[in-house]
Amino acid sequence: MKRTIPLLITFAVGLILIIAMFIPHDPFFDMDRNFSIFYDVIAVFAFILGGGNLLRVHLNKVYLKRRDWKYSIVTVTGFFLMLLAGLLKIGVTEGWSGNFQGTGSLFKYLYDCTFQPLSSTMFSLLAFFVASASYRAFRAKTIEASILLVAAFVILVRPTPLGYYLTFWLPDPLKFLTISNLSTWILAVPNMVGQRAIMIGIALGIVSTSLRLILGIERGYLGGE
Amino acid sequence: MVTIGIMRYLGTVIALLAVLAIVLPVWADEVPLAPSDFRAFDSPSDHGGSIDLKWQRSPDDGAGGNIVTAYEISRSATPDGEFSQVARPLKGVTAYSDNGLTDGTKYYYRIAAVSAGGLSDQVSAGPAVASQQWFNKKRANLLVVACILVFAIAYYIYLGAKGRDLHIRRIAGLEAVGEAVGRATEMGRPVLFIPGIQDMDNVQTVAGITILGEIAKMTAQYETRLEVPVSRSIVMSTGRETVRQAYLEAGRPDLYSDDMVHYITDEQFGYVAAVDGIMVRERPAACFYLGAFFAESLILAETGSSIGAIQVAGTAMPTQIPFFVAACDYTLIGEELFAASAYLSKDKKMLGSIKGQDAGKAVAMVFIIVGVVLVTLAAISGNHAVSRAGEWIKNLFALRM
Repeated sequence: MKRTIPLLITFAVGLILIIAMFIPHDPFFDMDRNFSIFYDVIAVFAFILGGGNLLRVHLNKVYLKRRDWKYSIVTVTGFFLMLLAGLLKIGVTEGWSGNFQGTGSLFKYLYDCTFQPLSSTMFSLLAFFVASASYRAFRAKTIEASILLVAAFVILVRPTPLGYYLTFWLPDPLKFLTISNLSTWILAVPNMVGQRAIMIGIALGIVSTSLRLILGIERGYLGGE
Repeated sequence: MVTIGIMRYLGTVIALLAVLAIVLPVWADEVPLAPSDFRAFDSPSDHGGSIDLKWQRSPDDGAGGNIVTAYEISRSATPDGEFSQVARPLKGVTAYSDNGLTDGTKYYYRIAAVSAGGLSDQVSAGPAVASQQWFNKKRANLLVVACILVFAIAYYIYLGAKGRDLHIRRIAGLEAVGEAVGRATEMGRPVLFIPGIQDMDNVQTVAGITILGEIAKMTAQYETRLEVPVSRSIVMSTGRETVRQAYLEAGRPDLYSDDMVHYITDEQFGYVAAVDGIMVRERPAACFYLGAFFAESLILAETGSSIGAIQVAGTAMPTQIPFFVAACDYTLIGEELFAASAYLSKDKKMLGSIKGQDAGKAVAMVFIIVGVVLVTLAAISGNHAVSRAGEWIKNLFALRM
């Protein structure tokens, strides 16, 4: 039963969503919209589950003084600080009637001055990782890697002044070899061909996986009986 | 003499300017001719509540006096009732969709061309009634393609269920899964699995979680620690069920713990920071990134690379695939992610679906080749029939909403 009912629900919902794709008439159209709302409602309840799990894992770690337990104190403190700042609307000028994210609220202050800078810091790490990954990927060890290196050089140098000065002097019959034209060609032809091939494969894969899920052939995600 | 000539010339210019000064405002104040062939009809293939309007441009729009600046469309529920303005499309426009209407109600429309001099005569259309349609004709092509594909997949699933041997090509990234888990076991380090940062409504996450089940069976058999930090609560619940079942099937339920699959945060970079921390502290010997990823893909994969872990990634996000290719040992590209669970489980019905997917790909290839040949021939010969055939194939695969 623990597996049969979810399988039946998956089958029914999958079928209705496919029908709604081709039949814009009610009740299918409304069902399509309502299923998304149902999912959001379930996700809200699941969020409580997630928060509970986070606390349990980290409080356990602190209680048992496991390795690196001090980091868990930071996590739990941050969790409660944000939660209480939002729930109690600390610092909100309009009081209880005001928005918890309103100007002057502690929640907004913590979000703007702590969370945002930390997020931006993590995001900016990407620049360094792009450099290190490029260094490894573009080493001309094989013919394929060499082609990749040349293509990457053309694409990367194009928007710079160097990209213009390298080939602007080419005579008209050889204008197609300018960095600008080569870059456009690489993006529009070989790159596009590869992207489209991948996209076709992905689309077919999604259809196949969806069919396996709807027909109940793929059921690993459902757990046990 | 020269002075007199110049004076005469100047006199002529001034006279012409005076005439223009009188005539031009008259033209500007002129009322344009009305648009024609004004039609109102129910919007096709929609959910109702919408009426499409079409008309022919006024003779003074882009031609004639060229004085039209816009069109004024008004609507009423009765033919002689009060008409209220609903839209004012600019000149050159010949169609408009009036939305937010009540199905089953009769609507009457009027249109007039607008110029600086005022409105043209009004042209009427209607009544038109908005209604819901039972079939979206714009997606008829999609239905045909989907039916062919579904038939091919269902046929091969049937063959698989019958026990037919179905050959699937070797996928290096999936062959490496066992090797990676084995390496972690030998080194006494954990296995890290990341099922992407999307929720269970994303098919890539479902594919990732299904592969997690197969990997969890291996970690259970090898008694290797498995760590699955997730960024969505529903993924956590599903992941737990999957891992628990895998440990049960492997005969090692005693090794299972709920803490294996744990929630971190929904926030993208908060999640990345936490996972990077786990990587640096726990130093997993094998990292799996299988699911939907965005900007965090390279941050995770490069951190994994820096700790010397063997890394297997798989995603259907085309923009992230190059990052994984650059930073990981093996990458499942697009469709390979969806094939992974079937490949690893060796279940014949699941393998059948992969075979059916390949049949769909073969059909797509045939259409691409035929389409390319037709379009090329049309460009060379200029033949309209060949050109139309090429267009037909292009439209067959065009997605219209």
